[in-house]
Amino acid sequence: MAEKTIKSPLPGTFYRRPNPTSDPFVDEGDAVEPGKVVGLVEIMKSFHEVRAEDSGVVERFLVDSEDAVEAGQDLVVLAD
Amino acid sequence: MQKILVANRSEVALRIIRACRELGLDTVAVYSTADETARHVRVADQAVCVGKPAARDSYLNIGALIDAARRTGAEAVHPGYGFLAENAAFARACEQAGLIWVGPSPAAIDQMGDKAVARELAHSAGVPVVPGTAGKLTLEEALRTAEDVGYPVMVKAAAGGGGRGIRVAGDPEELRSCVLAAAREAEAAFGDDSLYLEKFIVNPRHVEVQVLGDGRGGAIHLYERECSMQRRRQKLLEESPAPNLDPQTREAMCSAGARLAAAVDYASAGTVEFIVDASGDFYFIEMNTRIQVEHPVTEMVTGIDLVKEQLRIAAGEPFDVLQDDVAPRGWAIEFRLNAEDPAADFLPSPGEITALELPGGPGVRIDTAIYDGYRVPPFYDSLIAKLIVWGRDRDEAIARGRRALSEFRIDGIKTTIPFHLRVLGEPNFLAGEYHTDSVAELALA
Repeated sequence: MAEKTIKSPLPGTFYRRPNPTSDPFVDEGDAVEPGKVVGLVEIMKSFHEVRAEDSGVVERFLVDSEDAVEAGQDLVVLAD
Repeated sequence: MQKILVANRSEVALRIIRACRELGLDTVAVYSTADETARHVRVADQAVCVGKPAARDSYLNIGALIDAARRTGAEAVHPGYGFLAENAAFARACEQAGLIWVGPSPAAIDQMGDKAVARELAHSAGVPVVPGTAGKLTLEEALRTAEDVGYPVMVKAAAGGGGRGIRVAGDPEELRSCVLAAAREAEAAFGDDSLYLEKFIVNPRHVEVQVLGDGRGGAIHLYERECSMQRRRQKLLEESPAPNLDPQTREAMCSAGARLAAAVDYASAGTVEFIVDASGDFYFIEMNTRIQVEHPVTEMVTGIDLVKEQLRIAAGEPFDVLQDDVAPRGWAIEFRLNAEDPAADFLPSPGEITALELPGGPGVRIDTAIYDGYRVPPFYDSLIAKLIVWGRDRDEAIARGRRALSEFRIDGIKTTIPFHLRVLGEPNFLAGEYHTDSVAELALA
């Protein structure tokens, strides 16, 4: 089975939750469809949604919330 | 008052340091670990690191800022704009620490920061207000209020001016997601996720009045700024005077601004924002209780140094100027240069500036803290420079703007310069006929 990843569209700070008191957008084991928001990247005071491009099941996160990320960096591994 | 702590970064920190220096005042800069090589740090007399890169750890860290003032023996704090500039808790903390706050009283910040109270005060002072209602809102209250005033409605950060965190919703479903997203951005930008809501007026002009108050009921206005050239509620360029504004409307609006400032015993520089609809009626939308990003436009036409006036007022001195002395001359336009790619939906573009050449010559002012080799950090606002041009009339200012914009060389990052050059080729802009939706309608962005 091919491994798929969700990449960061931008450099910045990654967040797994819409705000500090909310649940994460997705957890490991959750099924996602294309367009599903899995996190946010904050850059220059604006927040950009990170969306899944494929369907699959979230296998694991490669970064933690509030980690600095680069554009194109793999954030999430999806299993079929 | 001999030593001022500047609780900000970038070009505005530099702007304040310059005013202090001209008045013979000593300065203390603060910086995050991401700003160790920033120009404001080098130019100030002293500098104190106040924390890690994230704004909440440094430039929004009230304890660290007060501590920096205490340790350096600063007697006053100038907050600039953004960050904690309209945070009454910070103003209060400064006063409680025995520091002079260069700005309006915490009570005035609270009053004007609470949109419902501000609206009521404006109404009482005989200043027209936007149709609808306003007040800090939960999601449920937002939905209920929107039903009352009718869609479309506008959701906005209660804590701050500026365009960040403002969203327009056309129906309850949109409003739900707007409220959540706007609260998130407001929390990140201002440390306060409160929101307010009002009826959205289609195709308005955004014109604001610069005021100065002495804190004892004395207030003057320094005329208006046209701020309608916006993208997603974020101002991109500003000019003064406002083009095609009839003289009676201008006079009525400017007097209303000064009247409101006087009514609340406002101290320091402030901005009273109005929207003007197609029929020329104007409505108060909010008062920004701080120096504004676009204040140089007013300085260029009036010759009055607003930051120095703020410092004089904070020191308890009277204004250096009377209403009748305020005589605007010529035309000024400010272009905001943001580290954003206008060809890619204004995507933020932080990174290293690998080559830098700045324009100059007659009628050109540049407020910036960038330098050759500077690395624009991803943590803060994308504004990296302001180009302000002055001309005897609007045509000369426009020609000068076009000339100066094309002299810039900023390599390594994307900027909004190409956007501004396109605006200066738009017939609607050249005719002075634009409103807050023009950028989208003209497909300029």
